[in-house]
Amino acid sequence: MTTALAHTPLHAWHKDQGARLVDFAGWSMPVQYTSIVDEHVATRTAASIFDISHMGRLRFDGDNAASFLDHLLTRRVTDMEPGQIRYALLTNDQGGILDDVLVYYLESPHGARYFLLVVNASNRDKVIAWTQPQLAAFPGVTMQDRTTDTAMIAVQGPAALEIVDPLLDSPAASLKYYTGTVTRQMKKVCIVSRTGYTGEDGCELIVKASEAVQVWNNLLMAGRDRGCLAAGLGARDTLRLEAGMPLYGHELSEQVNPFQAGLGFAVNLAEREFVGHEELRLLREATGNQRRVGLSLTGRRVPRENYSVLCAGQQVGHVTSGTFSPTLNKPIAMAYVNTANAESEHGLDIDIRGKPTPATLVPLPFYSRNRK
Amino acid sequence: MNPEELFYCETHEWVSITDEGGSKTATVGISKFAVDQLTDLVFMELPEPGTEVAAGDEFGEVESVKAVSSLYAPVAGKILEVNHDLPDKLETLSEDPYGAGWIIRLEVSDDSALENLLDYQAYQKQCAEED
Repeated sequence: MTTALAHTPLHAWHKDQGARLVDFAGWSMPVQYTSIVDEHVATRTAASIFDISHMGRLRFDGDNAASFLDHLLTRRVTDMEPGQIRYALLTNDQGGILDDVLVYYLESPHGARYFLLVVNASNRDKVIAWTQPQLAAFPGVTMQDRTTDTAMIAVQGPAALEIVDPLLDSPAASLKYYTGTVTRQMKKVCIVSRTGYTGEDGCELIVKASEAVQVWNNLLMAGRDRGCLAAGLGARDTLRLEAGMPLYGHELSEQVNPFQAGLGFAVNLAEREFVGHEELRLLREATGNQRRVGLSLTGRRVPRENYSVLCAGQQVGHVTSGTFSPTLNKPIAMAYVNTANAESEHGLDIDIRGKPTPATLVPLPFYSRNRK
Repeated sequence: MNPEELFYCETHEWVSITDEGGSKTATVGISKFAVDQLTDLVFMELPEPGTEVAAGDEFGEVESVKAVSSLYAPVAGKILEVNHDLPDKLETLSEDPYGAGWIIRLEVSDDSALENLLDYQAYQKQCAEED
């Protein structure tokens, strides 16, 4: 080991539970506690809790904070109301994706309003380095990295809100999807948002680092009789893949633009300017050369990242994520393929270790829950 | 089979050799440790009987939700028998890895590779380091 891995406030708990720990973006994180499939199924049928404290949390204060973020993000920030959360992209001058983020507009119990940007762990340093020098043009705006003095816990699944709400002063069930609030858990300040990365209902909590273990244990106790499990990054990955959600470093990179990635909904070009705006306006009009698609396979061999997608024996794309879907009981993959092949009925194959295996284009997401 | 009496590859296959009148047969499987590391098995690819393999040749693969692992022949020989029950009952690999979870039987043509295999103690040490 060359550099020491960062630890979340729950690291000792993960270790005590015998979790398999891996290096994820410089953090020692649990990939699974027991079985990825068990943790996946618990999330789909009951609930699970995930330590996502490795995600970057950047706080922006100041009168100009909304204008500043509006200048950096692909979605409008200046019209956000307190409590709103938006999925947005941070793009570079070429319209390439620097990161995909959630921007929260929050109001503290004392009435202070601020923004929180939740960024990928793998991009935290890059986002800070990108953002910091641009602050100068927006006097009064400050950025604080709150990643290590807070913890973040996702509670996901059909039973998630029943488990969380008795612990909160202001129930998550009263929040609309993609809104959040500053409330209290066990008399301590806590941010709760109706967000997640699994395709299930649920919420995400941000608490002080020193309170993380207590909150985690309270959630497990509250969920014990409902089949709630602690789940690791392995299940988080199979869940988000079934839900058709892109993951930075796999489906998203600086070489990919939002339209190719199927994230046009997260780009608002009308009557505003932001970094990458002009290039994105042009890219939206041009037919991109490749597009993100969903592929479904029969059999049980699993397409993995970087396997070739073939049409009549010629490579027309590559797999960015693949797994054996525990919910659908078949192999699934996301891939980038040539635009012509993304819309054609011509059969595609995935080269699985030398064996071309038929793959069918299917709309994303692979799985969507029954909404009440 | 008693795991303490088996020999192991660094790649987690185990082998047991029986000698009947000068004709040696090798039974090959994968260790409990390897199966536990893989977890959530979804697929297994097995060779056809009659295939000749050299020591270190890939003879099949076992795949989990998370990853795929190749299976390597511990010694050289001709594949006599393949455990065709396994692909439809992958749980056998974790329930009885040294018994019903055997994968192939080989007619050994050259067992000189045995010298490079690990005994139980050495293999346990390797697993402790990997875990």
